[in-house]
Amino acid sequence: MDTPLLEIRNLQIEGHYEDAWHPLIKGIDLTLQRGEVLGLIGESGAGKSTLGLAAMGYARDGCRITGGSVCFDGIQLLQAKPETLRKLRGLRIAYVAQSAAASFNPAHRLIDQHVETAVINGGISRAQAEREAVELYRVLRLPNPETIGQRYPHQVSGGQLQRVMTAMAMACHPDLIIFDEPTTALDVTTQIEVLAAIRDAVKTFGSAALYISHDLAVVAQMADRIMVLRHGKLVEEADTRSMLSQPQQDYTKSLWAVRSFRTEPKACPTQQVPLLEVRQACASYGHQPVLHDVSMKLYRGQTLAVIGESGSGKSSTARLITGLLPATAGQVMYDGEALPVDFRRRSKEQLRRIQMIYQIPDTALNPRQRIVDIIGRPLTFYLGLKGKALRARVAELLEMIELDPAVFMERQPRELSGGQKQRICIARALAADPQLIICDEVTSALDQLVAEGVLKLLNRIQQQLGVAYLFITHDVATVRAIADEVVVMQRGRVVDQGSRSAIFTPPYQDYTGLLFSSEPEMDPDWLDHLLAKRAAPTV
Amino acid sequence: MNLLSQVARAPLSAKFGLLIIVLYIAVAVFAPVLAPYGETQVVGEGFAPWSGQFLLGTDNLGRDMFSRLVYGARNTLGIAFLTTTLAFLLGGLSGLVAAIKGGWIDQGLSRVVDVLMAIPQLIFALLILSVVGTNATSLVLVIALLDSTRVFRLSRAVAMTVVVQDFVEAARLRGEGLWWLVTREVLPNAAAPLIAEFGLRFCFVFLFISALSFLGLGIQPPTADWGSMVRDNAVLITFGDISPLLPALAVALITVSVNFVVDWMLHKSSGLKEC
Repeated sequence: MDTPLLEIRNLQIEGHYEDAWHPLIKGIDLTLQRGEVLGLIGESGAGKSTLGLAAMGYARDGCRITGGSVCFDGIQLLQAKPETLRKLRGLRIAYVAQSAAASFNPAHRLIDQHVETAVINGGISRAQAEREAVELYRVLRLPNPETIGQRYPHQVSGGQLQRVMTAMAMACHPDLIIFDEPTTALDVTTQIEVLAAIRDAVKTFGSAALYISHDLAVVAQMADRIMVLRHGKLVEEADTRSMLSQPQQDYTKSLWAVRSFRTEPKACPTQQVPLLEVRQACASYGHQPVLHDVSMKLYRGQTLAVIGESGSGKSSTARLITGLLPATAGQVMYDGEALPVDFRRRSKEQLRRIQMIYQIPDTALNPRQRIVDIIGRPLTFYLGLKGKALRARVAELLEMIELDPAVFMERQPRELSGGQKQRICIARALAADPQLIICDEVTSALDQLVAEGVLKLLNRIQQQLGVAYLFITHDVATVRAIADEVVVMQRGRVVDQGSRSAIFTPPYQDYTGLLFSSEPEMDPDWLDHLLAKRAAPTV
Repeated sequence: MNLLSQVARAPLSAKFGLLIIVLYIAVAVFAPVLAPYGETQVVGEGFAPWSGQFLLGTDNLGRDMFSRLVYGARNTLGIAFLTTTLAFLLGGLSGLVAAIKGGWIDQGLSRVVDVLMAIPQLIFALLILSVVGTNATSLVLVIALLDSTRVFRLSRAVAMTVVVQDFVEAARLRGEGLWWLVTREVLPNAAAPLIAEFGLRFCFVFLFISALSFLGLGIQPPTADWGSMVRDNAVLITFGDISPLLPALAVALITVSVNFVVDWMLHKSSGLKEC
């Protein structure tokens, strides 16, 4: 155990954008012992994926390694010949990518992709490679381990695909596996299975691992040691337990504190006519029903959170309310009157009152329009503002979302960061002077700190203007932070609803309990306890 | 970034292409000034050799070759440009509308286009032109209609990828009309590939007109046109004279130049970086 498996010294990587080379990694040291799991944490753009790839001696297109050394088991990777690297990769160093769905070749069976490296580089027979694959599938607890390899990537679920990919990475019993956000694209209940499987497999084969994630709670379950990165530099490094209990740097502390934000719950004014009421609505895509008997109520100035996993129908509910997905049965009532089911039949005034904010701000803003045009259009369209009055109102809205009008008015969306773009989307929604804003996963594409800022902004706007939010999310923490009322959805049905305090107080309804307990906690023993509890027979 | 600095940083091939295009346009605009003789003026013996008096000799009827080349630039370029523009207005706009509206409108337009594209272009053009007669107007309209089918398919495909984005949905939910969606939301985001296609399409139209002229159904004599000029003087090739190939060379040069520029624009719009 004296020589480390992987040793990175003063690594420097530059990326090419805007016609110049910019430093991405600014001198990072990293040491990894055999059998150790090291967690890399940071926001997007912190350089964690770039560092992960560099551990294989690889730099992405448009990136170059400009300095430092990467030493893997005595081999200098940066000076190594391409043949040497090719032999190492797949055999002794393996990589598990974030999106398994995008990383598999959809035209080949899983087993063919699985055994490829082992047969070509590992020098074992195909039959033996397949036997080993089945064994791995069993370790990773995939259903039907003997036959699942015969399927194509689209025939298995996202969580299963991610486990197949992990199995593939382990095919040659590598010394080092790099996990790049392997569970980020998965639902929380699926995430648990993948996390548990990955951890078992790493323990079984004694591989060392670099575990890259933006989610602290996840890394806490997986890693022995954690490194926090920011802007391509190391912020802090410590054992998982001491890192969680005593973070030293301010930045690390702020990351830890993100989850503590809470709004004041507002009392539900049940005597009023609800601002929005969905009554036993059903809807379908073609012949495929997606919503069954969905009912919910939202009162003025309140926040109704709709929570569920992918495929639960929460986004379809939003599309139903906006009229993009016409209801086949049931009604959408707005302020006591029924709205036409198709948005094209709604009046301008009805359209104005319900605005929408989208999940991915990059595609929600027209890249060819300036900010003043984007925010100004609803003002002109609904309220008839022009010229000076228009610019003044846009400036007012920009101030409300805490962006300086003098700086941002004339900019185009691509000159903005993700959080700023989402704020522009909020301003565009506010420009219409709506009573209800539908927020569809508005924080899930953002980093935790930025997301918290957006939540606080939304909360402040609600207090100032009294708008109601229909907040669609898959994140339990967000619901706990801002909801007044909560609706839990599963497979197109409402399975649980109530006020925030009622929903978050045990005893839980079955599915709600499963969802809440699957949300990773900042306790390194959380996964062990949870798995032990779920394995135990229910009393 | 302004246009000049972009041109200054363009690769050599694109600069060359731009230079030739500008040169052609200048020749077309100043044709009466540049040409020593009139377009249809008979100035000497037929098939006179190159000389100080007739720079590139004379053609089969004794008209000055150089003057006709210069006027040919004006006629062939002008008609090709007009045709391509019409094809883009027609095909481009209907493609955008089909993508935005979807449903029956999309189905209807697409099937009409499929039918038009099922018939070989040259034969279809010959057929219609022999029915409606071969004047410049019908030539422009027929080729524009046939070429608009190709433009329709491209603009529809490009618009499809734009239409599914959230900002278009946001505009729809706002209650915006079709014209706003086409001109403000979709077109600006589909412009780059369409502009590149304009260059390519221009070349095809140009070649198509020349081909039709060569077959005798394009621009009619005595109007100077590069396609018919090749045909009129084709006999000379037997005598080892390269003069009849000069109009063909002019066609080749502009086609290659436009392609250079298109390549550069496509490269820029695809966002590829030269590392």
